[in-house]
Amino acid sequence: MNESQYCSNTSGARRRVCGVAAAALFAAAGMMLPTASTRAQQPAKVKVGLMLPYTGTYAALGNAITNGFKLAVEESGGKLGGREIEYFTVDDESDPAKAPENANKLIKRDKVDVLIGTVHSGVALAMAKVARDNNTLLIIPNAGADEITGPLCAANIFRTSFSNWQPGYAMGKVAAEQKKKTAVTFTWKYAAGDESVGGFKEGFEQGGGKVIKELSLPFPQVEFQSYLTQIASLKPDVVYVFFAGGGAVKFVKDYAAAGLKSSIPLVGAGFLTDGTLDAQGDSAQGLLTTLHYADGLSNPKDKAFRAAYSKAYKAEPDVYAVQGYDAAQLLNTGLVAVKGDVGKRGELVAAMEAAKIDSPRGPLTLSKAHNPVQDIYLRKVEGKENKVVSVAIKGLTDPARGCKL
Amino acid sequence: MDVYSFLIQLLNGVQYGLLLFLVASGLTLIFGIMGIINLAHGSFYMIGAYMAFSLASLTGSLFVAIVLGTALSVVLGVVLEWALFSHLYKRDHLEQVLLTYGLILVFEELRSIMVGNDVHGVNVPDILNWSLPLTDTLSYPVYRLFMSAVCVLLAGLLYFLIRRTRLGMMIRAGASNREMVQSLGLNINLIYRLVFALGVALAAFAGMIAAPVSSVYPGMGTQVLIICFVVVVIGGIGSIWGALVAALLIGLADTFVKVLIPEAAGVTVYVLMAAILLWRPEGLFRRV
Repeated sequence: MNESQYCSNTSGARRRVCGVAAAALFAAAGMMLPTASTRAQQPAKVKVGLMLPYTGTYAALGNAITNGFKLAVEESGGKLGGREIEYFTVDDESDPAKAPENANKLIKRDKVDVLIGTVHSGVALAMAKVARDNNTLLIIPNAGADEITGPLCAANIFRTSFSNWQPGYAMGKVAAEQKKKTAVTFTWKYAAGDESVGGFKEGFEQGGGKVIKELSLPFPQVEFQSYLTQIASLKPDVVYVFFAGGGAVKFVKDYAAAGLKSSIPLVGAGFLTDGTLDAQGDSAQGLLTTLHYADGLSNPKDKAFRAAYSKAYKAEPDVYAVQGYDAAQLLNTGLVAVKGDVGKRGELVAAMEAAKIDSPRGPLTLSKAHNPVQDIYLRKVEGKENKVVSVAIKGLTDPARGCKL
Repeated sequence: MDVYSFLIQLLNGVQYGLLLFLVASGLTLIFGIMGIINLAHGSFYMIGAYMAFSLASLTGSLFVAIVLGTALSVVLGVVLEWALFSHLYKRDHLEQVLLTYGLILVFEELRSIMVGNDVHGVNVPDILNWSLPLTDTLSYPVYRLFMSAVCVLLAGLLYFLIRRTRLGMMIRAGASNREMVQSLGLNINLIYRLVFALGVALAAFAGMIAAPVSSVYPGMGTQVLIICFVVVVIGGIGSIWGALVAALLIGLADTFVKVLIPEAAGVTVYVLMAAILLWRPEGLFRRV
């Protein structure tokens, strides 16, 4: 490619020289062919398609997932199920409109054996559809949309992260156990927020509480002041919110600046205080959130994982790295069971369904709908860490409403 | 809604409106008065916010950061005008759109390379870091009131500059007939360079002032861009008072619709704009 570009820019006399060089190059390539075919007699590599965001707002998440995945592969000797791995990478740009094309590139052009992705729920839904249509194995290392392991669940689709319902439901239970009677919820008006709030409401009202008002504002607006005024006049016992990234930073700061933090406790799904604590500073101290991962877990696997990750990448791992790591562990369990033969799909899927994964977050199994059955931790912000307080709910299973598996 | 919460929501609306004016003020100069379609306005706002973040952590004071940052953004404005925009005055609007859209991409990428993609917070200066109690549960951050005061001051200064000074007269004359101003012996190129730089500095200043409240994050510029155009268009192109009235109108409408008809919160601003433009296609205060 570079050679021909270079040649086309040169003058007539040199172009002939270029022609000769190109011919020599082809000849050399031809001579290499026999070596290539002898190598082909070894078992081919397992083709893994990584479709993740490597640019844009979620770039850091995409990189953490990739790092986690590759770390797990390295730890099993650079192989999964005894076979070497070949990566194909596509930047999904968190753009749902490009998702079907990107997924098809990996499946049709690169002929990947398994697709890994992604962060953004809209993109993940499109990937799930393409994976169903082509019967390609798909492992989702983040996107929490309930539908993926609900009405849209399929034998070939797995998730190693969470469903939006899970942290919300756990927080609802915790709030009810703390004898809170009334709650106001507040979120961006979009699927992830609605599902998270739905989970909270279910958990809270089962425990005897009552959600007295569900507030929402259009995504991604961040002018919260008029909502804070409403919260102050409603005076609930607790406020549950779902915000992430820049919105989470601004909300937590505004909530504290409005003087509400001292009078009405603010709780949320873990994303409220994950990767945002530097920017939130004092206003986040003491906030309670629920998530499937936390700082200060005492299990040896987490200690080993954190040490290995920071050695390999010179950075501290986060929940996204864990989810990527477990995606590789899950795939490995399946491939070991079929001795690396991806053709035995039935046995592969059965082994993945039965997998007992030693995750940094704690022991992990999968539900019938292929969503993690996992402990949800109650965490408290202390300094720059989300310190584990307790296990909010042990082995929480997503209800997978609408799934026919 | 009782009277008390009505009054607080009124305060919220006015405060939000003034914030919108602050953010859009640079655009009223560059788009409203100079007539350049400047999609990169949001980028200048974003640059301001990031300057507040990095200069405040370097110098330890937001006020010092704002002074330094404003000076830097004037330089940026002069350089951009000299290198790029001065070639576009006589050209089609579409080419301005193309250039300024390109600038958005360039500035976003530079931001990503230089500062990274993390979300950052900027601390409110200690002297303003307290709240006025309004009810037993709610209090109002003094920094927000400070921002509102800055906005009112800024609106007054801008109005004075454009309407009451010799420079303002030249700017207005240049906007309506460039050649004539030139043939009267005035250096219109210099005037335009100054106004453009002032517009960039205003946008950056808004970013710096708003940084402690809005926090600093990737894509923040594109989020304010559309609302800024809405403010200038509703107000009437070229009118400072128009922009102020439009910003207040939007702030109040947005706040009360969010409280009373939350389902319609996403469309309030645009419905308002459509209605006003149907009624007065030139905007509220267009000057001829």
